[in-house]
Amino acid sequence: MTDTQPRLVQVREHVLKKNDLLARALRARFTAAQVLAVSLVSSPGSGKTALLEKTLTNLPRDCRTAALVGDLATDNDAARLRRSGAPVRQITTGTVCHLEAEMVQRALGDWKLEELDFLFIENVGNLVCPASYDIGEHLRLVLMSVTEGEDKPLKYPTIFNSADAAVITKMDLAAAVEFDSAAAYRNIHLVRPGIPILEVSAKTGQGMEPWLNFLQSKGQKTSTRD
Amino acid sequence: MHELSIALSLVEMAEEQTRKQGGSQVFSVHLKLGLLSGVVKDALLFAFEAASVGTLVEGATLMIEELPVVVFCPNCQQEQTPCELFQFFCPVCATPTPEIRSGKELTLVGLEIA
Repeated sequence: MTDTQPRLVQVREHVLKKNDLLARALRARFTAAQVLAVSLVSSPGSGKTALLEKTLTNLPRDCRTAALVGDLATDNDAARLRRSGAPVRQITTGTVCHLEAEMVQRALGDWKLEELDFLFIENVGNLVCPASYDIGEHLRLVLMSVTEGEDKPLKYPTIFNSADAAVITKMDLAAAVEFDSAAAYRNIHLVRPGIPILEVSAKTGQGMEPWLNFLQSKGQKTSTRD
Repeated sequence: MHELSIALSLVEMAEEQTRKQGGSQVFSVHLKLGLLSGVVKDALLFAFEAASVGTLVEGATLMIEELPVVVFCPNCQQEQTPCELFQFFCPVCATPTPEIRSGKELTLVGLEIA
């Protein structure tokens, strides 16, 4: 008979270690291939796909782009983004409410990363769950549209706190909904002090130039390009 | 509701560790959970029970220690706990405190096994 006396064993492991290790390996791969991996998170309907559509079309021709887009079902977003001519793959998560590093790795498949400058990863529209998962991105952008209310960052602080920059979208509607820009900035900086904030309208093109410049300034091949 | 995914990872990790230690049953699982981890304690407790069915962890108690948020104030040059959970400024001098020293933990720290 074996010793069945309970004993305490010490462990010290992050519960999402597997995801984190995979994400770190992905990030190293992106860095080695000199491609900037940019993820977009927001609630459903904040305009991630619209912004991405315009971004893929309006980045200078010498910027080579590709996109992965996550949704529970349909490949509608991928079909929209493909019109830009960039390679796009849809990740359908089934019932899963967020992307994980493994899904990104699988979706990359045979893409030659070294032939890209930017890889965009559009997460599932959700302001809660994606916060916990590193998916190997260099830059995590959180989007909020002017119609959602200036206090969105206070309501969903975890995701705003995990972001590297915030993008306020649908600026063309700002006046109509009496959007209080100062309050939005204050709230974003309360939950994530110091992050850059950009304002865009994918519809009218307002703010697109600073946004594209921002992306290119973060790009890894910019220093080698004329 | 990503707590089920988290619970599945936790159960998998606990089983792996238990086997490695030559154990065949888990009595309790000890977890440190930061208040900024994005994981809801009650939802995790509920998901853990479901996720552990049919594993070495089935029937084990999940013991969760919640950890407060600690930030570093660059002005006071010391660690502080913000007055509001998600408002990152110093409770003493109101300087913004982007540097988070702890509060994001989601760490398996121990197992009671046999």
